[in-house]
Amino acid sequence: MAAIDYNELIPNNVNLSSDRTLQRALEQWQPNFLNWWKDMGPDGSNNFDVYLRTAISAEPNGWAHFDHVKMPDYRWGIFLAPAEEDRRIGFGEHKGEPVWQEVPGEHRANLRRIIVTQGDTEPASVEQQRHLGLTAPSLYDLRNLFQVNVEEGRHLWAMVYLLHRYFGRDGREEGEALLQRRSGDQDNPRILNAFNEKTPDWLSFFMFTYFTDRDGKYQLCALAESAFDPLSRTTRFMLTEEAHHMFVGESGVSRVVQRTCEIMKQHGVEDPAEVRKFGVIDLPTIQRYLNFHFSVTIDLFGADQSSNAALFYSAGLKGRFEETKRQDDHKLNDLMYPVLDYADGALTTHDTAMLNALNEVLRDDYIKDSVGGVERWNRVIAKNGVDFKLSVPHKAFHRSIGKLAGHHFDPNGRPISAAAWQKNVDTWLPSTEDRAYVASLMGRVIAVGKYANWIAAPTVGLNRQPIEMEYVRFN
Amino acid sequence: MTETAPAATHVDYRTDPSRYQHWSLKIDGPVATLTMNVAEDGGIRPGYKLKLNSYDLGVDIELHDALQRIRFEHPTVRSVIVTSARDRIFCSGANIFMLGLSSHAWKVNFCKFTNETRNGIEDSSRHSGLKFIAAVNGACAGGGYELALACDEILLVDDRSSSVSLPEVPLLGVLPGTGGLTRVTDKRKVRRDLADIFCTSSEGVRGQRAKDWKLVDDIYKTSEFATKVQARALELAAQSDRPGVAAGVSLTPVERVQTADSIEYRYVGIRIDRLRRVAELTVRGPDAAQPTEIDAILAAGDGWWPLQMARELDDAILTLRANELDIGVWLLRTQGDAARVLGVDAILERHATHWFVRETIGMLRRTFARLDVSSRSLFALIEQGSCFAGPLLEIVLAADRSYMASAPDDLDAQPSITLSSANFGTYPSVAGKSRLAQRFYDDADEIVAVREAINVPLDPTRALALGLVTAIPDDIDWADEIRLAVEERVSQSPDALTGLEANLRFGNHETMETRIFGRLTAWQNWIFIRPNAVGEKGALKVYGKGEKAAFDFSRV
Repeated sequence: MAAIDYNELIPNNVNLSSDRTLQRALEQWQPNFLNWWKDMGPDGSNNFDVYLRTAISAEPNGWAHFDHVKMPDYRWGIFLAPAEEDRRIGFGEHKGEPVWQEVPGEHRANLRRIIVTQGDTEPASVEQQRHLGLTAPSLYDLRNLFQVNVEEGRHLWAMVYLLHRYFGRDGREEGEALLQRRSGDQDNPRILNAFNEKTPDWLSFFMFTYFTDRDGKYQLCALAESAFDPLSRTTRFMLTEEAHHMFVGESGVSRVVQRTCEIMKQHGVEDPAEVRKFGVIDLPTIQRYLNFHFSVTIDLFGADQSSNAALFYSAGLKGRFEETKRQDDHKLNDLMYPVLDYADGALTTHDTAMLNALNEVLRDDYIKDSVGGVERWNRVIAKNGVDFKLSVPHKAFHRSIGKLAGHHFDPNGRPISAAAWQKNVDTWLPSTEDRAYVASLMGRVIAVGKYANWIAAPTVGLNRQPIEMEYVRFN
Repeated sequence: MTETAPAATHVDYRTDPSRYQHWSLKIDGPVATLTMNVAEDGGIRPGYKLKLNSYDLGVDIELHDALQRIRFEHPTVRSVIVTSARDRIFCSGANIFMLGLSSHAWKVNFCKFTNETRNGIEDSSRHSGLKFIAAVNGACAGGGYELALACDEILLVDDRSSSVSLPEVPLLGVLPGTGGLTRVTDKRKVRRDLADIFCTSSEGVRGQRAKDWKLVDDIYKTSEFATKVQARALELAAQSDRPGVAAGVSLTPVERVQTADSIEYRYVGIRIDRLRRVAELTVRGPDAAQPTEIDAILAAGDGWWPLQMARELDDAILTLRANELDIGVWLLRTQGDAARVLGVDAILERHATHWFVRETIGMLRRTFARLDVSSRSLFALIEQGSCFAGPLLEIVLAADRSYMASAPDDLDAQPSITLSSANFGTYPSVAGKSRLAQRFYDDADEIVAVREAINVPLDPTRALALGLVTAIPDDIDWADEIRLAVEERVSQSPDALTGLEANLRFGNHETMETRIFGRLTAWQNWIFIRPNAVGEKGALKVYGKGEKAAFDFSRV
C-alpha cells in the first residue's frame, strides 16, 4: 500500500501521522466509510461541486474554510477542541479530580455504549435525508442539506476516532457496525427509533434539523462535561457545527411560514383549503408537523426515571447541560426533581431523586430552548399581520417512552380516551393527506437564485455570498 | 434499609390463564408460544416497577402455571417457543429493585422457585417429549438469559444490537445465581475463559460471536427470525412422542381451606404449631377405589388421586416455604390404605407411556424433588394407619430422618412400609438418581437386599435392618422420643441446619441441578449477605441510584 499523507487526507489535531494504531484502524475503516457514503449518502450527488464549509483545524480561523468541493472528496477531519489546562471533573463522585485521558476500565462498557449510541445517530440522519436532494427548493437549500450531511459524516468520524483510539478491538468492531446498520432497515435498524423514521419532505427536514438536531446539541453539551477528556473535547468541537444545523432548521421553517403568510395576506385567505390552492403549506399543517417532531424528539431523552442516567452522572461520564454554570453541589445526592406522572385519570407531578431524573432535567432544558425558535416564527406570523400562533405541544402529548407512554393526551396535556385520540389525531399530527399534500409541493428548483413557491428566499446568502450564488454545480 | 416483614404478603401460587398479567399462552397445532409481556405495575409486592420485562415471583408463578397447562391441558403440544412481546427486549432478568427491597429469605425463596421452574422445563424436555426454544428477539440479560438457558435451544435475533448477557458480577456484585453460571458451563459447555469474559462484561455478546462461543445455538436476521423459529419449533415437534390427537385434562383450581394455623386439602393436611415451630404435614392415600383403565383415568382427570394429591402437596410445600419461615421442622406423615396406594402405583407403571400417566408421574417426581431442596428439617413419622408405600415411600426417603413406631407387644398394631419398583428410578431426586441409590451410595449389596423386599410390607425391625428408616422407637417411648428429637432440632441454628441438610441430601453424586442448588446457591447466598452486595454501599443496594458501590477489597 502506498504511503498515505494522513494530514492531507484527514485534517486532524490528534497526531494521526505518528499514531500507528489509529492509522491502521482508519486504513481499514476509511474505505468502508467512503463506500457507505457512496451507497447511503445524498442520492446522485457524488459528482456535484458543493460550496461547503470544511474544518481544517481547530483554531478559530480554521474550522470554517469555504470552497466548492465534491462531497466524496470532502476532508472528513478529526478535531478535538483545544485541551484545557488542568481540567478537573466538574460533577459526580469524582468531582474535583483531574479529568481522564484514557478510559478507566470500570467505565469501559458504559462509555462505549454512550459513544456508540451518539455515533449511530450521525450516519442515520444522512440516510434518512438521502433522497431530499432530488426535491430541493433551491440551490441554497440543497447546499445546506449537503453541508448538514457532510458534517453528520464528520461527526461519525469523530465518534469512530474515539472508538478506534480508546476501545481496542471492541471499538473497531463497533466502528464497523456503525457503517452496517441502516436507518429504517428491518434487519439492521439504527439504535434509536426516531432515527429509523423517514424524513420524507423538506418541511420534515427543517423540523428535524430544528428539533432533533437540537436534541443532538443537548446530548453533546451533556457529553462535553464528561470526565473522559477526549469525549469532552470531541463533542465541544462538534457543537460548533451543530449550531449551523439548527440554523438551517429554524430559518427553513421561518421561510416556509413567511411564504405562507405572504400568500395569505396577498390573497386574503385564511381557510387552510383555500391557502393550499396557492401552493403553500397552511399554518395548521405546519403546527401538526411541529407537534410530531417535537414529541418524537423529546422521547429521545429517554425514560423519565433512569438508573443509567444516575449512574452516568455519578460516574462522571455525562453531565447536565451547562453543568458548570449551575449553582448546586454537582453531586445531587439529596436533591429532588418533579417528574410528570399519570394517576387516576389525571396528570400529576411527583418528586423523584434528581439523579434518577436527569433525563427529565435535560428534556426540560431542551423544551425551554426549543420554545425560543417557535416564538421567533410567531413574530414572523405577527409581522405579516396574520392571526395565528404556533406552539409546542404539552410534554405529555404523543409520548412513547416513560410513564406517559400508553396514555393519551391532547396537545394541551389534557388526558383523553383512546377513542377521542383516534377521532382527533389527524388534527394534531400530520395525516396521510397532509403528507401527501406537502409531498406534492416538492419539486426540484435548481435555477440560480430561484426558490420554490412554498418557501421564501433567505434574507442573506451564506458566508456573506449573494443569495443568487451557484451554491451547487451539477457538472 | 428495612427488610420487608415475611408476613407482609401471603403468597398464593395458584393462578390460571384468565388471571395472567405477564404471560400469554398461544397454541398453534403442535407448537405453543409463551410470550412474556410483563405489566410494569403488576409486581407481587409494592415498591418497584417491573420495567423492561423484568420479573419477580409473581411473573414466575404465572410461568410455572403456564407450563403446567401445557403439560396437562395441551397434550398435543410438542414444542414450546418462549419469547417476548416487547420491542427489542426479550427479558432483562429478575427485577433488581425488588431484590434490593427484599429480605434475604425472600430472595432465596424466590430464586429457589425460579430454579425449580427452570429445572421443570428441562425435566419436561427429558421425560415428556416437550422441547423448548428460547426465541430471543431482543436484549436478554441476567435472569432473562437464565430462562433461555433452561430451554433446549436458544435462537438469537441478529440485529447488531440484541445481545445475551450475564451482567450480575459487573453490575450487581452478585452471581448469575438462578442456574446461569452452571448452565453456561455444564449445559452449553462454554469454555471457562470465555465464560469468564462473558460473566464479567455488562454488555454481553451478540451475533456471530454469541454463536461461536456456544452461548446461543443460532442467529437469524430480524426479517427471517419468526419464520426460522417457527420452522425449528416444527422440526423439534416432529421428533416428539407426545400424542398427535388427544384431549387435555383441565387443571381446576387446587381447593384448600385455610385457618390461621391449618390448611386442609382433600388429600393433604397441614397443622402448624407456632410455639414449637413445627408443621405437621399429612398426605392421605386414596379414599375410594381408583380407576385402572385409561378411559376411566382420563375421566377422573385432575381428581385422579395421584395427580390431585401431588398438586395439593406441591401447593402445600410452596405455601409453607414462602409464608412460614419460622416453621423449621416439617413432620411428614401419611394416612390410608397402603394396598390402594400400591394399586395406583401398579397402574402408573402399567400405563407409564400414556401421555397423561407420564405427566402425572412427572408431577409426582417434581413435587418430591421440591422436598429435596426445601430448607426445612424433614422428619418422616411412620405410625399405625400410615401408607408409606411405593410413591409415598419417597417421602420417607427424602426426609432427613425417619422414625417408625414399633409395638413389640402388639405386632398387629405395627405400621409397615412397602417398596415398589418405582422406588428404584421412577422418581429420581435432584441428584439424578433414585433416593435409594443415593441413600446407599450405590452399594450393590445393600441395593440388592432392598430390591428383594419389593412389594412386601416391611415391619419396623425389617425396615431398620434394611436401612430404610432411622429409628424404631417403642410405642411406650414414641411420644417422648419424637418430642425430644423435634425440640432438639428446632433449638439449633437454622442456617447451619440448612447447610447440613443440603449437603447430606445431595449425597456424593453431582448433577447440574445439585451444582445449582448446592454450589451456586451456596456461593450466591454467601455473597447475598456480604456487605459488598447488601451493605449500605453494597452493589445490590446502590444499583440504579447512581451511587457507586463501595467494596471492601480484601479477598476472603
